[in-house]
Amino acid sequence: MTLARADQASRRYGDVLALDRVDLEVRAGELVGLLGPNGAGKSTLMNLLVGLRRPSSGRVELFGGDPRDPATRRQIGVTPQETGLPGTLRVGEVVDFVSAHYADPVPRGELLDRFGLGDLGKRQTGGLSGGQRRRLAVALAFVGRPRLVLLDEPTTGLDVAARHTLWEAIRAFHTDGGTVLLSSHYLEEVEALAHRVVVIGQGRVLVDDTVDAVRGIVGVRRVSLVADQLPDLPGLVRTERIDGRLHLLTTDADELVRALVRAGTTFSDLEVRPTSLEEAFLAITSGDQPTGEQPATAAAGGQPTTV
Amino acid sequence: MQLTLVHARYQLLEIIRIPVAVFGSAFFPAAAMIFFVVPFAGDDATGATFATASMVTFSVMSANIFQYGIGVAEDRDQPWNPYTRTLPAGPAPRFAGRVLAGLALTYLSLIPVVVIGATLTAAHLSPAAFLLAAGTVAVISVPFTLMGLAIGYSLPSKAAIVIAQVVFLPLAFGGGLLSAPGEAPGFIETIAPYLPTRGAAELMWASVGDFRVQPLALIMLGVWVVVLASLAGWAYRRDEGRRFS
Repeated sequence: MTLARADQASRRYGDVLALDRVDLEVRAGELVGLLGPNGAGKSTLMNLLVGLRRPSSGRVELFGGDPRDPATRRQIGVTPQETGLPGTLRVGEVVDFVSAHYADPVPRGELLDRFGLGDLGKRQTGGLSGGQRRRLAVALAFVGRPRLVLLDEPTTGLDVAARHTLWEAIRAFHTDGGTVLLSSHYLEEVEALAHRVVVIGQGRVLVDDTVDAVRGIVGVRRVSLVADQLPDLPGLVRTERIDGRLHLLTTDADELVRALVRAGTTFSDLEVRPTSLEEAFLAITSGDQPTGEQPATAAAGGQPTTV
Repeated sequence: MQLTLVHARYQLLEIIRIPVAVFGSAFFPAAAMIFFVVPFAGDDATGATFATASMVTFSVMSANIFQYGIGVAEDRDQPWNPYTRTLPAGPAPRFAGRVLAGLALTYLSLIPVVVIGATLTAAHLSPAAFLLAAGTVAVISVPFTLMGLAIGYSLPSKAAIVIAQVVFLPLAFGGGLLSAPGEAPGFIETIAPYLPTRGAAELMWASVGDFRVQPLALIMLGVWVVVLASLAGWAYRRDEGRRFS
């Protein structure tokens, strides 16, 4: 069963196209990671799905209904990217306030314990540390016993221990049958939690695949060298020439170098470096698309892969 | 309805946790009572009653302009506000809760003025007139609530603070709130009926004593309500459109 769906959803802010014909389906029981650099459109997509914004064109649905209808939001829980809790309210009061919107909320003590906030119920939220506030903001998404939670960069700004506490809570929710859509720019986080990854860049879905497949794409190496002519090379994701040097992004650097040598190519000044997640994003997002298993040569204007 | 009360309750809690905020809107009218009303009109029962009613009007005006003007503008800056829109309730309970909380705070800010009027001056009201006056407070809150909402929804918070401060003093003096009915300096008597404060004050005066409301002031009050309501409505829709459409 599909709990959340975007169907050719676009969103424009003035001249800026923040989302460009995005298709996404989140089915019951899935834990989907939404991965992408800042400004890629992750939060815009989240805002459409929770009913804060309307798509400029296309459709979004929650449980088959319009997210802007309050009744369809009864079974979701949301953590926005920015925490912004009312500073003068106590932790317990914030939980009670959100609870009042649901028919069968999780008891306050139980919820706070689950997120390691058990002894903070009487504290004003303005006096909490950044990490405690963030954990509270995430906890609030779970108050109403939702079937689907949408978490927008839930662990941004948390230390390692706090991050792991949150991961545990999210995993436990998923194990009990809950569905999760979470955005992040940490590949590590998505790897730790998600089964399926949707990579967004420049407002488009670039990849929608398993964690392993995306790790394969992201595990790209950069081979750079000086050469005049290149033979056909296997596993090439992208080629660019900067200041006379060729930079080849490849999924298999060893094989690429072997092929270079076998072909008797004249080259010098060879370097092999791992790419950062950011470079891999750029490789996927810059318009020169990886075309899966097919070896691609330089700068083929491919279509975005929507697997 | 239940959710409206929930929202009103937590908004009140938020405000009351910073008592100085409540103190602020009660302070100026209370101080004006002590400095102007008690020494000059304190012994005259009718004069003191009218003067106290004027200060109540003053207090209603400043409480509403400030709490809505600044409160709404500040809220719009906070990510908490859009978050509440993801809860399974529309914008209505939060808005209605805000108005309810605003009315409660308005009554709260009147307490010092009323206490000073009752204890330090000869002002006197029968219980029935007191209830009538209390009801009138809710009626005259309407134009000032709308004015506050118009300011709060159309301006960023830093600008809203300035505008709220700029409008409230001229409205108070120009409406003749600091003079006895009919005894304001000449030019004020001329412009007063065209200001919303005057119509509001006249309704208060009529509720506490023998005062005949001028039709012009009342008609102008109606005009103000219509104008401010459309301004507030426009600003609200524009803000919704910017942030939630």
